Amino acid sequence: MLEAIDVSHQFDVSPPFLQRLLARGGSRQSLVAVDGVSFAIPRGATLSLVGESGCGKSTVARLAVGLYTPSAGQIRFEGQPLRAARAQPYLRRRMNMIFQDPYASLNPRWRVRDIIAEPLRGFHIVRTAVELRERVAMLLSQVGLAPADGDKYPHEFSGGQRQRISIARALSSEPDFLVCDEPTSALDVSVQAQILNLMRDLQLRLGLTYLFISHNLAVVRHMSDRLGVMYLGRIVELGAAEAIFDTPRHPYTRLLLDAIPDLENPGRSRTPVGGEVPSPIDPPPGCPFHPRCPLANARCRVEKPGYTRAGDQMVACHAVEEGRSAQ
Amino acid sequence: MPLLTVSDLTVEFPTRRGTLRALDRVSFAIEAGEILGVVGESGAGKSLTGAAIIGLLEQPGRIAGGEIHLDGQRIDHLPAERLRRIRGKQIGTIFQDPLTTLNPLYTIGRQLIETMQTHLRLSDAAARGRAIEWLEQVGIPAAARRVDAYPHEFSGGMRQRVVVALALCAEPRLVIADEPTTALDVSVQAQIITLLKRLTRDHGTAVMLVTHDMGVIAETADRVAVMYAGRIAEIGPVLHVIKHPAHPYTEGLMGSIPPIEHRVERLRQIDGAMPRLNAIPPGCAFNPRCPKAFARCFTERPDLLPAGTTEAACWLPATLEAPVHRAGDVNNA
Repeated sequence: MLEAIDVSHQFDVSPPFLQRLLARGGSRQSLVAVDGVSFAIPRGATLSLVGESGCGKSTVARLAVGLYTPSAGQIRFEGQPLRAARAQPYLRRRMNMIFQDPYASLNPRWRVRDIIAEPLRGFHIVRTAVELRERVAMLLSQVGLAPADGDKYPHEFSGGQRQRISIARALSSEPDFLVCDEPTSALDVSVQAQILNLMRDLQLRLGLTYLFISHNLAVVRHMSDRLGVMYLGRIVELGAAEAIFDTPRHPYTRLLLDAIPDLENPGRSRTPVGGEVPSPIDPPPGCPFHPRCPLANARCRVEKPGYTRAGDQMVACHAVEEGRSAQ
Repeated sequence: MPLLTVSDLTVEFPTRRGTLRALDRVSFAIEAGEILGVVGESGAGKSLTGAAIIGLLEQPGRIAGGEIHLDGQRIDHLPAERLRRIRGKQIGTIFQDPLTTLNPLYTIGRQLIETMQTHLRLSDAAARGRAIEWLEQVGIPAAARRVDAYPHEFSGGMRQRVVVALALCAEPRLVIADEPTTALDVSVQAQIITLLKRLTRDHGTAVMLVTHDMGVIAETADRVAVMYAGRIAEIGPVLHVIKHPAHPYTEGLMGSIPPIEHRVERLRQIDGAMPRLNAIPPGCAFNPRCPKAFARCFTERPDLLPAGTTEAACWLPATLEAPVHRAGDVNNA
């Protein structure tokens, strides 16, 4: 359904023109947020991207719905280049996005029914006012709210209810592809469970395809069919979610899985890995993970690893390729 | 005797539309060297409990009842100046965002030295040596050089390490850590948790660890208090609360956390939301969402009662132990 082929995205983070001029020799700087990312999401499946802050997962989400244009590479939706697909209303309405913060993503001055009706009007999906009202009521009940809630304003709702409104709005144009950027990160766990269950139900009922972005591995495991682990703009491991959770291959994936506090087995010993994610403005040469990697050697410090197939996963790691990673 | 005893702590916020009771008869104790986790959802009152203990309630909040004893001394009714001295010397605090704790205009070393010299008798040279030792203890590489660095020269994880050092350097008896790892990535979070646990064990410091992350509690705490709508719903040894929760709210909360070890088809969910402070129902605050509520839950508020290996503010365990008297109530559910 959606395919990304070797997509990169750079941000210009140069100092302003005048400062560059005054500093003399101050040159343009760019930040490679996404670096040669490829993946494909089959229809009706969920691909999750997981990683720590600054790894480029939200940038991929925005690239996937066309909010950013890739600096290199191509994104294809239903076999067509994304830009061409988005130029056609009947394809554009088939993709939508759910954002992280339900406080920032709903217009506080609009009634809920207008928020949900906007895409219906914009895409001329309904013709009459009666039809519009029925549609909004249907969408509200689909996400577990009452049709009468349409008369209220967003501030009258709790965080979880607002996220339901966001979902109703995202569903109003009858999309089959939804990009969800950290949809539950701003919510408490019990509310998160409600929203995750709702998203699963809707996926089964409406046959939705999700690109799911999260930093929470437990949530990702719950939601995904396929999984990509990102580190400093690169997907370091990509494959079936269950396979990655059962036999993580990339040292970074292992580190991540190891670092999560475990409710069922809290006393277990962990291998502490030091260090932090380096700045993407000045990434380390070679494999970006080598400064923190327990398996790094001379090759890792100079040569960027390509993808190796390991089991059902694609892994970008020299150690895995050379069979140095004990598993 | 426990190091910290909080009994029947009640905090109220007078507003134009009436008084809101944000904490309602909260009682617990922490022993020296023990880590008590406090969990709950936003607005449950967990941070407020910490703020009340250190006497930093935001206006117009006030302690309306109950007592707080630290090391045998009652501290909740002390004048501001005396409380300030106790707070600095005996209670260390770690907040979520290291940038709000550290002064951006002073070097790391100066902040550590100033804190230590305020509360301990140390010469300048000794304090500086101690500051470098502390930075080494929290795992800052090249501590002797970085002691003169400013907070902005450190990364987020490093800054939180400095905050941990700052909280512990005056050798407090109690540390209140309010969401110390929430702003950090998981790999850094694990480092900070391990650090906090090791240092407080070494120094015999009691810790009140406030967080919404049950995983962090499971890794760190000895006992856990689960808060709901300004009250403690359940308190007990951390493994017992996780594996055998006695309160239906704790049970629902545990069920709604997606497990990392295996995949479940559907998460357990608690329908509805926590009541607002102006609309807490009579009886048990959880009764509108509780699948097991019965007549007594709607009229009478349960206090913490022993339930198996934990203590729960729930009528159910008590009822099940004495089915003869309460059978009728159960049928009404």
